[in-house]
Amino acid sequence: MSEDTSTQDTTTEETSGETAPASESERRRLQEIWAAGTEEPAWVTAATAEGAQLMLPRDQASPVEVAEEGGTLVNDDRLYELEAAEEETTILNMGPQHPSTHGVLRLQLELEGEIVRRVKPVIGYLHTGMEKTGETLTFLQGPTNVTRMDYLAPFHNELCFSLATEALLGIDLPPRALAIRVLMTELNRVSSHLTWVATQGMDLGAVSMMIYGIRERELLLAFFEKTTGLRMNHNYIRPGGVAADLPDGWQEDVAEIVEAIPKGLDDYHDLLTHNPIFLGRTEGVGVITAQECFAYGITGPPLRAAGVDWDLRKTQPYSGIEHYDFEVPLGQHGDVYNRYLVRMEEMRQSLRIAAQVAESMPDGDYRSEDLKVTPPPRKRIDESMEALIHHFKIFTEGFKVPAGEHYQAIEGPRGELGHYVVSVGDAKPWRLHCRTPSFAAIQALPTLMADQLIADSVAIIASIDPVLGDVDR
Amino acid sequence: MTDDAAAPEEEVVAPEPSPPLPPPLAALVEAFPAATLEHSAAGQNVFRVEASHLVEFAQAARDAGFEMFIDLTAVDYYRQRPGPRYDVVVVLLSLQHNLRLRILVAVDGDVPAAPSITGVYPGANFYEREVYDLFGIDFTGHPDLTRIMLPDDWEGHPLRKDTPVGSVPIQFRGTHKVE
Amino acid sequence: MAEPPGFLTTTINSIANWARYQSSWGATFGLACCAIEMMHTGAAHNDLARFGMEVFRASPRQADLMIVAGRVSQKMAPVLRQVYDQMPEPKWVISMGACASTGGMFNNYALVQGVDQVVPVDVYVPGCPPGPQSLMHAILTLHEGIKSGEFVHV
Repeated sequence: MSEDTSTQDTTTEETSGETAPASESERRRLQEIWAAGTEEPAWVTAATAEGAQLMLPRDQASPVEVAEEGGTLVNDDRLYELEAAEEETTILNMGPQHPSTHGVLRLQLELEGEIVRRVKPVIGYLHTGMEKTGETLTFLQGPTNVTRMDYLAPFHNELCFSLATEALLGIDLPPRALAIRVLMTELNRVSSHLTWVATQGMDLGAVSMMIYGIRERELLLAFFEKTTGLRMNHNYIRPGGVAADLPDGWQEDVAEIVEAIPKGLDDYHDLLTHNPIFLGRTEGVGVITAQECFAYGITGPPLRAAGVDWDLRKTQPYSGIEHYDFEVPLGQHGDVYNRYLVRMEEMRQSLRIAAQVAESMPDGDYRSEDLKVTPPPRKRIDESMEALIHHFKIFTEGFKVPAGEHYQAIEGPRGELGHYVVSVGDAKPWRLHCRTPSFAAIQALPTLMADQLIADSVAIIASIDPVLGDVDR
Repeated sequence: MTDDAAAPEEEVVAPEPSPPLPPPLAALVEAFPAATLEHSAAGQNVFRVEASHLVEFAQAARDAGFEMFIDLTAVDYYRQRPGPRYDVVVVLLSLQHNLRLRILVAVDGDVPAAPSITGVYPGANFYEREVYDLFGIDFTGHPDLTRIMLPDDWEGHPLRKDTPVGSVPIQFRGTHKVE
Repeated sequence: MAEPPGFLTTTINSIANWARYQSSWGATFGLACCAIEMMHTGAAHNDLARFGMEVFRASPRQADLMIVAGRVSQKMAPVLRQVYDQMPEPKWVISMGACASTGGMFNNYALVQGVDQVVPVDVYVPGCPPGPQSLMHAILTLHEGIKSGEFVHV
């Protein structure tokens, strides 16, 4: 066949030359030759203006090339050789409206064929100005603002802000308030990781994980709604304690959660952990070393997956979490698969903590005794003029916080969540800065994704679990 | 890096003798006399350095065991204090010593400038861009100092205290209900 | 026994609207917190598929309903408008949540105070974030509006 086309080719060039063909039959004949894939005459190029088709005559092509085009020979290495020779890269814009970037992350990928050579993350598409809004809200209203930051971990945001405020105020909390905070944040860690496993599965083609992960998450959200009134963005943990006591029957709810979700986790392990497709997509992909984590400020599960035993709940405990028994899972290789395993085990450990809290929940008040911070109970407002004035002042002016600055860090589901609060002795923070784990992780994406396949980029993005509200604030 | 044997003597030399300084901090105080230790309590170890010394101090801190970059931000003390208007705040973490370190650098001027520490801690890259974007603080030596949060054509720096919040008046209009 | 008549009379508009409301395909425009609730609406527990709505399209070219789920920043607004322009007519917009509808509690420099300044909105959903039931109610409201022709501006 190759001989045929080459002979036709030579005759075409002789007859047509550089000018347009004279007759309609000649034109049709040339059209057929061109459609057959041989070298086109010049006038065809001029008419279509799409450039040459770059197809070599068969007698000039090497046997390897012919075999590869025919599909009888598969040689992956040749692909890379050709790209290196051509030195041609493609810029691919991914996002901000893309289903696999977990929000409005935009990446500019420089591709060499299938290989990602350089990545530039472009963020700010969800910049909400929360740090500015935080300066206009009182310390009591502050959690309303920050809870919408990392919307998968609202309790952690509230807790971090409340701890920073309480450190500036210098107040202590009753044990029940601390225990409720631990219970809610640990359940929140589970719900956040469930969303992660749902989206990670979906990004790698396991759409059923999406259904399963959210099925389990509904259990937790129902409990959150019962406790706080909202499924997300709770504004429940506030400076001076929590907004309300746990609802009636919370022990049964927690018991159900602690029993049901590990069964779901077993399902996920059955579906994913030894699944050869999942292993192929995750093992050895997106490796980050401990040193790189330090340099970029990456904390949380990616750091632990790289083998560093660092969990703020153990090393710098807060809110009485040191009283509960749990373990910190560690990885070895720092790849996507290790991050998956670390998060899966973290969910079990968090449920362990929740079960212990439910068992040992102390009695007492759920708010601080400090009357400057805590509004009077509803019943007292009806009886006492003082209480009414007090209540009014707390909710209009707010309480004044002594001047000072404080950096408070807690272990969020994505890593170290830090709030840097500056007070100048007013009822509103002079400056509120949120150090968010996703922001640090996003800037490591160029390192993580360099020289990986483009198909793996979604696995890598999902594995660092970015929340764009957390990145852009 | 930290010399455990030298640490007890450093407690006496340190500016605040009452709480014993952890060895890495003591080593840092010794190695870098230009930095002043503002306070060291409740897990908050705050140093203040001159802007010109920031890079060297960050290098010294990294050598003293503060291997992890955590945070970089700024505070605008507009009409709140005499002297320089802005503070650049750097938060570092030492995993091996379980210590936090905060570095304050005062900067001032219409176009305040501080040296970039991206050469010491690459993770400061996005943080410095954010501070440049929202505060207008110039980080000299930064590889790519461009706006990060706001659109490229934005004018002004919204987190400065003399910039208003930018809220629009809320108007309530008649609503329409679908039957 | 006489067979029932084998035809019915209607107008092109009403049969087109009937078809449209039964198959409104959503463009995923998940921005912030509301996107998580939108995911929950589509997942098993709430099961949006009951209303012929389980198909969420990643490409705006294949969608005719944009659910703006979350706060729209000044930087995102041009992107949102472009995605809207890429959707084929007829198209509808649901503004989900307080932030998308009015800017919510973030009345500041960074956010567009209501997505209706960028694209025409058919249904607003209150809540921060609205629960899946609220979103489903909004979708059903939209269906009613499409069916009756009120929301069809072609």
